[in-house]
Amino acid sequence: MEEIYKLGIDVGSTTVKTVILKNDEIVYTKYERHFSKVRETVAKQLEIINEGFKGCLFKTAITGSAGLGIAQASGIEFVQEVYSAFVAVNNTYPETDVVVELGGEDAKIIFLTGGVEQRMNGSCAGGTGAFIDQMAQLLGVTIDELDSMSLKSTKLYPIASRCGVFAKSDIQPLLNQGAKKEDIAASIFQAVVDQTVSGLAQGRKIGGNVLFLGGPLHFLKGLRRAFVSTLNLDDAHANFPELAPCFMAYGCALQAGDVSKPMTIDETLDKIINSKASDNIVTGESLFESREEYDEFVARHKQSDLKYADIREYEGDAYLGIDAGSTTTKLALITPDGRLLYQHYCSSNGQPLDIIAEQLKKIYTIANPKLRIKSSAVTGYGEDLIRSGLGVDYGIVETVAHYKAAAYFCPDVDFIIDIGGQDIKCFKIKNNAIDSIMLNEACSSGCGSFIQTFAQAMGYDIADFANLGLFAKAPVELGSRCTVFMNSSVKQAQKDGASVEDISAGLSSSIIKNAVYKVIRAKSVDELGKNIVVQGGTFLNDAVLRAFEKELGRNVIRPAIAGLMGAFGCALYAMEKSGANEVSSSLLTLSQLQDFSYTSFATQCKGCTAHCNLTIIRYNDGRRFVSGNRCEKGAGIKIENKTENMFEYKYNRLYEYGEVKPKGKPLARVGLPMALSYLDLLPYFSTLLTELGFEVVLSDRSTRDTYYKGQQTIPSDTVCYPAKLMHGHILDLIDKGVDFIFYPCMTYNFDEGQSDNHYNCPVVAYYPELLKANIPELNSDNFINPYIDINLKKNTAKALARAFKKYGITEKQLLSVLNKAYSEQLRFRKSNEQKALEIISDARQKGQKIIVLAGRPYHIDDEINHGIHKLIASLGFAVVTEDSVAALVDAPPLDVLNQWTYHARLYRAAEYVCENDDMQLVQLVSFGCGIDAITTDEVRAILEEKGKLYTQLKIDEITNLGAAKIRLRSLAAALEEKESNAKQEAI
Amino acid sequence: MSKEAKYEKKFSNRVKRTMFTDEMKKDYTILVPDMLPIHFKLIISVYESYGYHMELLTNRSREVVDEGLKNTHNDTCYPALLVMGQFMEALKSGRYDVNKVALLISQTGGGCRASNYIHLIRKAISTEFPQVPVLSLNFSGLEPDASIEMTLPIIIKLIYCVLYGDMLMTLYNQCKPYEINEGDTDKMLDRWQKRLGKLFSTSKDYTSTKRIYRAILKDFATIPRTKEKKPRVGIVGEIYVKYSPLANNDLNNFLISEGCEPNVPGLLDFILYFVRNCQNEKEIYDKKSALTPAYDIAYRIMHKAQRDQIEVMNEQGEFFPPHDFDHMSALADKYMHQGVKMGEGWLITAEMAALAESGTENIICTQPFGCLPNHIVAKGMSRVIKAAYPNANIVAIDYDPGATKVNQENRIKLMLANAKRP
Repeated sequence: MEEIYKLGIDVGSTTVKTVILKNDEIVYTKYERHFSKVRETVAKQLEIINEGFKGCLFKTAITGSAGLGIAQASGIEFVQEVYSAFVAVNNTYPETDVVVELGGEDAKIIFLTGGVEQRMNGSCAGGTGAFIDQMAQLLGVTIDELDSMSLKSTKLYPIASRCGVFAKSDIQPLLNQGAKKEDIAASIFQAVVDQTVSGLAQGRKIGGNVLFLGGPLHFLKGLRRAFVSTLNLDDAHANFPELAPCFMAYGCALQAGDVSKPMTIDETLDKIINSKASDNIVTGESLFESREEYDEFVARHKQSDLKYADIREYEGDAYLGIDAGSTTTKLALITPDGRLLYQHYCSSNGQPLDIIAEQLKKIYTIANPKLRIKSSAVTGYGEDLIRSGLGVDYGIVETVAHYKAAAYFCPDVDFIIDIGGQDIKCFKIKNNAIDSIMLNEACSSGCGSFIQTFAQAMGYDIADFANLGLFAKAPVELGSRCTVFMNSSVKQAQKDGASVEDISAGLSSSIIKNAVYKVIRAKSVDELGKNIVVQGGTFLNDAVLRAFEKELGRNVIRPAIAGLMGAFGCALYAMEKSGANEVSSSLLTLSQLQDFSYTSFATQCKGCTAHCNLTIIRYNDGRRFVSGNRCEKGAGIKIENKTENMFEYKYNRLYEYGEVKPKGKPLARVGLPMALSYLDLLPYFSTLLTELGFEVVLSDRSTRDTYYKGQQTIPSDTVCYPAKLMHGHILDLIDKGVDFIFYPCMTYNFDEGQSDNHYNCPVVAYYPELLKANIPELNSDNFINPYIDINLKKNTAKALARAFKKYGITEKQLLSVLNKAYSEQLRFRKSNEQKALEIISDARQKGQKIIVLAGRPYHIDDEINHGIHKLIASLGFAVVTEDSVAALVDAPPLDVLNQWTYHARLYRAAEYVCENDDMQLVQLVSFGCGIDAITTDEVRAILEEKGKLYTQLKIDEITNLGAAKIRLRSLAAALEEKESNAKQEAI
Repeated sequence: MSKEAKYEKKFSNRVKRTMFTDEMKKDYTILVPDMLPIHFKLIISVYESYGYHMELLTNRSREVVDEGLKNTHNDTCYPALLVMGQFMEALKSGRYDVNKVALLISQTGGGCRASNYIHLIRKAISTEFPQVPVLSLNFSGLEPDASIEMTLPIIIKLIYCVLYGDMLMTLYNQCKPYEINEGDTDKMLDRWQKRLGKLFSTSKDYTSTKRIYRAILKDFATIPRTKEKKPRVGIVGEIYVKYSPLANNDLNNFLISEGCEPNVPGLLDFILYFVRNCQNEKEIYDKKSALTPAYDIAYRIMHKAQRDQIEVMNEQGEFFPPHDFDHMSALADKYMHQGVKMGEGWLITAEMAALAESGTENIICTQPFGCLPNHIVAKGMSRVIKAAYPNANIVAIDYDPGATKVNQENRIKLMLANAKRP
């Protein structure tokens, strides 16, 4: 009988792997990147095999995330990839307990012992090979360099691991602040490990014999090291097989024996080449119908250009603008009449300070000796660093810089949209001031880096890639969605036979859809106004610009220097500020620059419990620059007569309840977790329990470690961060050896009389049930979670008597102490309200403006708010909370069902802000809070109706406050501008 | 602390609220979103017998999602986005006279976001279609001046719709995967849907449930089917995503095409769950209202109806009946307190346990991305259910406008690979 081989083809998101078996022995393996040309690569691989195995018969099967489409189209058998791994492991390493496999965009864990379970990452590609690729690109190194750098690290930074997009916003500021790349590289790998542990293990322990599979774990030593050390494995238990990259293909080949019929490679090739692409691609209109249409478009946009002057010839004053953006660095040097002398646009590659110093030297060298830089300004993520390092005269917030530049091209501009590397910034202009600002929230889909990533994945240069789409006949409709999801959409489109041209055009449209639907959220074009200026490097792309015009159905203005607008705006600002005065710039001179050097090191601030990660840069002239600090303490500055901060006041007051001890010998030690609703209702419960004779033990204040501590027990990775922290608090109480934890389930919160109903949100209401089901240490003895409606005294007494029966507590006894609990809660609330009024009047005396930082009671936790309240205070505002001012007014008219106690306070706080000229509201929103999708729009509507600015800050486990800072500074700048406009009008 | 000024709901002037008046009844078309195609068609036939004109929206094009994205906050849950998208697409399509059309949305009440859908719809249409009235279909007394007519006879008829709808859905799922002549089951479903619709508008015969059940069972049993055994896959989850093909990328048909038999618990369970929660207000919090006795009666009647259905199905013997709700609620008690009543609450946990217990060990738990109650009742309980039923093979699938079919299908395929494991 003729020999029948088995062939397994694993088509992953980035690679194609093939394995051939002869009598279940491996006789051939191959690993190849496919650059998204899936079908071609598979065909090529088959041809190579055909040369070595001419005429042989194969039982063939396909596996892998990108294999499904090919298999369906060609009729070759498909086997699921995790299952393939499972089969392969059982065959080769049967003693394995857990398999961890990282692929291009998938991460998988298989638990083999103690109940077989196979898990894959859900809808998020955080912590996979694609994520590592993206990060390497961000650092401007190859994957191998990243790996070897990571091995030399000395310090780890917390980097959000959930999503590449989030991680980027953690890493960029670290880079801009000068953190060492070696440390960042190691932190990236650590983030991948954390993601795998928290996102996939979800409460199950990864231990015993662990087998590590997939390309990244095979090739990256640093990643291996991070896994092994985090999981506490020794060499005997951490297994990295040689076959790791092709393991799935091996499992697939094993299964092929059972599921497939023998065929020659020629037959298989035939099927693949002739496979019919399905026709379920949705296509849109082409961007340009004809060459003429395009030429007309190009000519129209040519009109918005600057005049140029030759830097070698020009004599006289000049103004320098620098935009140290998140991924690119821009410089512009202009003459007093707005001619451009010098421009520079490049990728930041992580060292903005070096790049700009280099550029400055170049300017000094080539410029006419009679050119004098009279003033300079800088904006962007690297603003503080550049300003301190290079002696730039002014630092301004991006939004202001962009408005200045846009107004130069279109004095009556109504709307500006700037799409940069990973930010979208939109602002409406009303009465010559920025009226409302929209930034992309914790999501960079639809930004420049998005399309760039795709271009690179497909093996193109970004400019070439975008231009491919200009004349595409049938652009693919990709919709608006996250980068990560977009990967799979693109994959699907390719599988369905879409051309690169169509995909390119589709991506350009989807960037725009993200901007319009997700960021601007405009219902009609008219909302944006008549005169729209677009800017930012991404709009230099004709395809993107055209897609925007098509989406809006109208023409817009794109200055030829769209990518330089931030820098240009800075230069204009510098000019405006220096005026006619004979001042000289503090910018470093050429000789100073030649001596310029710096060293940087990382440390932790010990000013308070927040322990900010500081990066300290020491310049060779002895000056130093501190970054990463949230308040003045980190920078070593002392402020006299500081206004009190409501957040700190409340948090501290709550912890005082932990000091109260019961009379006599305590009945038992009861633990209360200081998270979620306890940060509001602690006075009630701790008084109640102390009065009953229990000793109350509070969990410690949250830190990042609180999160890590409970990470392995979190079953849902999309729940909000305040809930995730709860797990660590519970474990902390268990460590403290309390007799039991008391955590009631509360469908209802207090009825404050100003809402349709008084629910808690589902997470706050029922989290105890989840904790009990997912923290193995908890049982009905040491975790007491009665259901109570706190508004009903009698029923509460009854429910609690049942819950504390073991301790001999009666309903009567409860009724007698409950009153004290109610009064204590009221006293706490009143004292907060009193304190808020004090802070407000104190601020008014000092002439400070007041910000109501409105969120949930549990946002006072510094690990949740990341010190945003301190940041706001450092900008010169006084801060009060929503719950401390809500009682001062009645609920305003509303168009939503006002049925949650905490959320009802938001509407009242907004109403209160509207009644006070010197107040603004900033809303804090925890990522993943679905209810805030309703409240944010309503709060915005209340505020905007009364002419207030609405500012929203989304917070998550990410500690980077870069985006928050831009928003808050923009808010401050907009207020100033409004005020000075009002003054001018008065004159 | 609760003794404060009585709150009176005021609406702002920002959003126009157009009311549905009696005059509108005669020439307005009421648009209904596509949640449970089988049941909603029956419900529409009931309202039509009262003189309303209704139309079930079936548009599932890309524009639906795009309109949804444009008109709702993108962090709002997926069902809201789709419902809004379907409405907006319909209003903008030109297929309807926008001055003669109203929108209907069901509202369950409770601490979940879903109770706010009606308000989000009003906000979304207020700029472009302020003249369009939005009606609420609810049993909780929400929106007293903007609810669709809900008299006792209507309520009773609606309950019959649910009973027959569940029966048809169950039988469809048990026949379709095995039919020998393609299309037989769909034809049968269609026939019964029409027949029942007519029954509701012409006579009182619809109350003889047992007789009608028997007739339905007899008819479905005539469909020629193969004898093979296919893996049974349970679908539980957030109510809209669980049932609506628009939301779950036609999960039911996908499972059938993959050689499985879908097992979708019926809508009656959700209604019984809702009534039980009302009863529980008394049980848990001693809250009594004038309606408390009515809840007890309602529960008894509907539970009896469910038991009748189970009895008739057992008597016929070829098909797998629904779970007895008393049993489901006892199962829920093993894992969580029945105080968990927001969204689908303890019902999801109970359904997962009931499925696993009765041999449907492969379970897909569907939910909108970021669904708040499901963090607790679905993903949060999967560990304890697996501990109780080690063979339970549960996969949680999130649905949102960004999730792609390929991704979802691959995850379901993984589950199926396990299901079919020898």
